[in-house]
Amino acid sequence: MTTVAVKPAATKPATMAQALNRAMRDAMAEDPTVHVMGEDVGALGGVFRITDGLAKEFGEDRCTDTPLAEAGILGAAVGMAMYGLRPVVEMQFDAFAYPAFEQLISHVAKMRNRTRGAMPLPITIRVPYGGGIGGVEHHCDSSEAYYVATPGLTVVTPATVEDAYGLLRASIASDDPVIFLEPKRLYWSKADWSPEAPAVVPGIGEALVRRTGTSATLITYGPSLPVCMEAAEAAREEGWDLEVVDLRSLVPFDEETVVASVRRTGRAVVVHESGGFGGPGAEIAARVTERCFHHLEAPVLRVTGFDIPYPPPMLEKHHLPGVDRILDTVARLQWEN
Amino acid sequence: MTVQELPGAGASHRSTPPPAWRPRTDAAPLLPDPEPYRVLGTPAADRLDPELMRRCYAELVRGRRYNAQATALTRQGRLAVYPSTVGQEACEIAAAMVLEEQDWLFPSYRDTLAAVARGLDPVQALTLLRGDWHTGYDPREHRIAPLSTPLATQLPHAVGLAHAARLRGDDVVALAMVGDGGTSEGDFHEAMNFAAVWQAPVVFLVQNNGFAISVPLAKQTAAPTLAHKAVGYGMPGRLVDGNDIAAMHEVLSEAVRRARSGGGPTMIEAVTYRIEAHTNADDATRYRGDAEVEAWKAHDPIELLERELTARGLLDESGIKAAKDAAEAMAAALRDGMNAEPVLDPMDLFAHVYARQTGRLREQAAMLRAELDAAEQEEEGDGS
Ligand SMILES: Cc1ncc(C[n+]2csc(CCOP(=O)(O)OP(=O)(O)O)c2C)c(N)n1
Repeated sequence: MTTVAVKPAATKPATMAQALNRAMRDAMAEDPTVHVMGEDVGALGGVFRITDGLAKEFGEDRCTDTPLAEAGILGAAVGMAMYGLRPVVEMQFDAFAYPAFEQLISHVAKMRNRTRGAMPLPITIRVPYGGGIGGVEHHCDSSEAYYVATPGLTVVTPATVEDAYGLLRASIASDDPVIFLEPKRLYWSKADWSPEAPAVVPGIGEALVRRTGTSATLITYGPSLPVCMEAAEAAREEGWDLEVVDLRSLVPFDEETVVASVRRTGRAVVVHESGGFGGPGAEIAARVTERCFHHLEAPVLRVTGFDIPYPPPMLEKHHLPGVDRILDTVARLQWEN
Repeated sequence: MTVQELPGAGASHRSTPPPAWRPRTDAAPLLPDPEPYRVLGTPAADRLDPELMRRCYAELVRGRRYNAQATALTRQGRLAVYPSTVGQEACEIAAAMVLEEQDWLFPSYRDTLAAVARGLDPVQALTLLRGDWHTGYDPREHRIAPLSTPLATQLPHAVGLAHAARLRGDDVVALAMVGDGGTSEGDFHEAMNFAAVWQAPVVFLVQNNGFAISVPLAKQTAAPTLAHKAVGYGMPGRLVDGNDIAAMHEVLSEAVRRARSGGGPTMIEAVTYRIEAHTNADDATRYRGDAEVEAWKAHDPIELLERELTARGLLDESGIKAAKDAAEAMAAALRDGMNAEPVLDPMDLFAHVYARQTGRLREQAAMLRAELDAAEQEEEGDGS
């Protein structure tokens, strides 16, 4: 863990949106090379208001409304980073980042490698992702599998207000490109956030045990963390004591924390919204199996979104992993013992 | 209904732009001339700078020799592939010559010669094509971006870099190169649009060499010329004879000057021809006839300049020989450099993926290390 001194003013309950905004504001104030850019990030403050007030405070050159063109936005950010700036790019919605994938995969992820370390690209790409907000199609994709499959990208996702601040600061400070996945249904989640004391910025790549337990480990991240916490509470009625691990970072993946937890509990369930086939859970289950085989009392199971295009809002509750589906899956762990 | 009849269409809705909208202040006309601009063989050649033209000549001869040597290296298996710029040397060289030291060049995969003309060591310029590490040089040191293989994707980088430099108050121009086929890509459009909106100090040089691999320009675009594309973005488009290095130098210099002085971007279409095949893997006879190639060979960039300079008494036999000798020396050095077997460390595979290696990569590096050690031990065992 890295501790950085910050002087934030918020002492009251704060939302994740406010924490993200604060993180950018503090980073911009401290480092004149930090530039925020994207569609509608200026006067409007972004469609989710995450960049609210930044253009006013730092000027349009530091918080820039770009033309509506994702490849252009990310491509221009590459050039800006080549010249020593630290662009923080906002992709308006998960599914609208796809036009920028050529830039992302062919250039952003590879520039350090193809220049033998001479030209790292410190770009943070903020992507509001995931469902649960009643959005229409193209506004709810869980696109993390595409990102984690691309070497050279760091992929992080906060699940709490405090981590939203800390992880975004760490991402902007990173010399590597970071995909910063913002669980949009947690934007308005609140917490007593009073970081007067130096805030703890989690090192990228550090998972956290959010709840200790002995019966099984729920491994999750981002939007599914609150669901898992709720499931763990509900599981007490069944007499199960569930441990919950919040990955916080998908790449790098904190295998040690996960493995240690599963070795303690002997059972594991991976929970995420994105589809199961080829999703991050498949990788995690494989790794856990490789490293914990002799400690496992049951196969590693997954609770994921279905392998379908994101459903219409009126059906999304059937698609997203909920408490019941998690508990049913945990029950299967017991039977297979 | 015509466009003019549409509600809200016509001149009036533009007459009171909202305050944030800034019209172009630059007076340069947007539409290109109907014919490619030429200097050599026209009265405009009277004002040529002899010293500059002699330098151009020496560079052209060196560039042609470089092309020949690199092509020969593919035949010897020293290079996996080489996209030749024979016939296009005037574009490549003029692009490098008009830039100041602090300026940046954003080449496409075909533009190694431009990088060499900018001063990059020919061997370093060719590592990508040899199968050695992708970028054989430090881009910051030379201010040459890595040669871009995905078409047109380097163009938004040029815009971003130029924009960043201007934000920092630095006097930097970015010149980005792309082929005629590359102008159909979305990234071309996005880069042009960004550059114009941001009034970024960028020059786009499109080398229209007739073909994108096998596809002729007529199947690539329905625009009258590629230079016309500039108009829609609000930047000047220029059409120039890409085999006329004097014209290329003049038009590029003017665009660089405009960019440097805050006048915004320019798009230049250089009309030229790819004399050789796309690469050594291509069979050009499948899509074009000899007559066309021969006609373009008669419009050779070196001959055009040589004819002009000798007719004006600005170049003689000794000048021609001096240029040839210098080119031969470059070719010999390139041969020597390429004949040396590159030494690659397999462990470098893991060296530059992330600033801090991930656990996963450390594990994989250890696996490869063990494989290499085992192979080495086996070899030693065999030897004893
Ligand atoms: C995005 C992308 N699509 C396809 C290719 C494969 N490709 C390599 S060169 C080429 C033709 C390029 O033609 P042009 O832009 O006219 O440049 P030239 O080769 O004539 O210099 C193609 C299709 C590529 N490199 N990048």
